[in-house]
Amino acid sequence: METHELIKALAADSRRTGAPMNTVWWGAALMAIAIATTVFFALLGPRPDIATAAQTFRFLFKFVVTIALAASAFVLLRMLSRPETDPRGVLPYLAITPALILAAVAIELVVVPAEAWSTRLIGTNSLVCLTFIPLIGIGPLALLLLALRHGAPSHPALAGAIAGLAAGGIAATFYAAHCTDDSPLFVATWYTIAITILTLFGALGGRVAARW
Amino acid sequence: MDGVDERSLARLLRAALDGDERAYGDFLQETARLVRAWARRRAFGGPDPEDIVQETLLAIHVKRHTWRSDGPVTPWLYAIAKHKLVDALRRQGRHSRIEIGEVEDRLAAEETETVRDWEIGRALETLTPGQRSVVTAISVEGRTIAETARSLDMNETAVRVALHRGLTAIARRFGRD
Repeated sequence: METHELIKALAADSRRTGAPMNTVWWGAALMAIAIATTVFFALLGPRPDIATAAQTFRFLFKFVVTIALAASAFVLLRMLSRPETDPRGVLPYLAITPALILAAVAIELVVVPAEAWSTRLIGTNSLVCLTFIPLIGIGPLALLLLALRHGAPSHPALAGAIAGLAAGGIAATFYAAHCTDDSPLFVATWYTIAITILTLFGALGGRVAARW
Repeated sequence: MDGVDERSLARLLRAALDGDERAYGDFLQETARLVRAWARRRAFGGPDPEDIVQETLLAIHVKRHTWRSDGPVTPWLYAIAKHKLVDALRRQGRHSRIEIGEVEDRLAAEETETVRDWEIGRALETLTPGQRSVVTAISVEGRTIAETARSLDMNETAVRVALHRGLTAIARRFGRD
């Protein structure tokens, strides 16, 4: 088939366009949150003392960090789903969340005596955290990868990894409502490991699902 | 010159996305011209530039919803072309050891045949017979949707569906082993 012949066939197919990326991304985000909500309430549920916890700065700060991660990764993911986006220009935005958590860790190290550091870091829920953040996040990750497949990322594995970060941010936001370990030392350690697991899944999934 | 290309291409693609078939055809012609010049400079000694052009046009077709209609067209278009060129180079690298014999065969074949068989021909063969006859009727034979429907004894909707599915399958199949 010659190129001008191919063009005739493509032009004849001009009426059928894929759904707009905006619609697809917001649809995927809403469904991802719905799935995370369902899995969270089915398996864990919020901690019993959530009303009192909500008055403490440490508890609330967990949500600042996790929501910042989910939101920044989602914005980045949408950009990376378009072929012309240069990752070098947009990846620096990812530094927002690590900066927040590092600042919180620094403050925690100042206000908490050194003897208590290790108890706070180890906490009581590390295994629960490592199990349930990936478990809550895997459904949202699958949805975000489906949306990414509809796009045209020039770097599918990288974009998939960012989808993993976004799913990790969503999952961690829910998990934070369950967990009683509120110290930034705990969050910086265990949440990071749990979210890294999802990020690796995302990179692998992106390579497979978002090829085009 | 690039400024002129950019503005007229954006206008054509916007019209195309609103359903203007003719504007879409013009857009694809112009795009083919740009990508051909671009690929000839880069694919020297590597994959056939015309394969890159065809693969890029197919990718543009199935991914045209990823263009932001308020943004520029050419960076988007060259990014897709680059993605496809990298793909083709990677494929070639993977097969480079067995390729020498194939190249000799191809050279021998080219001496006897005047019409080159592009990669797309191989993808076309993987379609279902129904899809293939619709795609061939509209592309190679140059028929309209209505003429194709009459000659294949189908209704127009079925022709459009077969065409769409066939092109999507070719785009997915293109150059894969």
